[in-house]
Amino acid sequence: MTQSRPSLPLVAAWLGLLGLLALTVTMAYVPLGAANAVVAIGIGITKAALVAAIFMELRHRDALTLLFAGAGLFWLGILLWLGLMDFLTRT
Amino acid sequence: MRDSPAFARQFTSVSHRDESAELGMWVFIATEVLLFGGLLLAYFVYRHAYPQGFATGSRHTEIVIGTANTAILLTSSFLVAWAVEIFSAETRRLTAGLLAGAICLGLAFIVLKGIEYHGEYEEHLVPGIDFRFTGSLANGVQLFFIFYFIATAIHALHMIIGIGLLAVLALLCRNAPSTRHRAGLHSAALYWHFVDIVWIFLFALIYLPGRSIT
Repeated sequence: MTQSRPSLPLVAAWLGLLGLLALTVTMAYVPLGAANAVVAIGIGITKAALVAAIFMELRHRDALTLLFAGAGLFWLGILLWLGLMDFLTRT
Repeated sequence: MRDSPAFARQFTSVSHRDESAELGMWVFIATEVLLFGGLLLAYFVYRHAYPQGFATGSRHTEIVIGTANTAILLTSSFLVAWAVEIFSAETRRLTAGLLAGAICLGLAFIVLKGIEYHGEYEEHLVPGIDFRFTGSLANGVQLFFIFYFIATAIHALHMIIGIGLLAVLALLCRNAPSTRHRAGLHSAALYWHFVDIVWIFLFALIYLPGRSIT
């Protein structure tokens, strides 16, 4: 028989993503000062990781594919790190 | 599942062709990460310089539409991942149906974005066209809305391209699904999920700041 229903991890990822969306909107209204931004971006990274691991199937991929997928993040890290260093450290 | 007559001569097998296509798609996504990365860098620099202006600008965005659009995109990604998972000759109607559902959700996203843009135009919040925000925070708010319009417009352009890709693949998969179409659908799905991830971060940076300030 041909599979036509979505697999459990797919459904769980979808519901988890909607749950995280509800959480991040709720937390945005809780006064935490500077931690609000950390929470918003932290939940964003978690959601992106769920999409990458399950929807983009990276959890089933070999090291070579992970290397290609990680290359963009590596260069993004350098861009943000070197680009922001001056602004964040200047008094 | 009907296979395509041959793979191009640079490949040794069908799986070699498909793996190359996937790696190629990830290289393309890396260039896209850096395209949006430049925007993110500009955002963080100006948010650091004008924290109150950015918080105020953010509070003028429509969080209900932003949240609805995030849920819509996440659900469309789920439908596309589902279509990739069950792709076969026997399930081609369902695959095409799932892709049609994702396309409808993508169009709903664009329509809601248009309604939001219209609201901001009515509130005189469009820099360069009609921006009438006064007070000490005006500069920061204006910079926030410049980022907002450029980032969301580039994102919406990606959405429109993605909708076109999904529409072509829905038709191809419905008529004659082959392993070539599965590889094509897989590449288009990676692109669609990437556009979803970009929105996840745009949502956190555009709609959420400044909400807890009373």
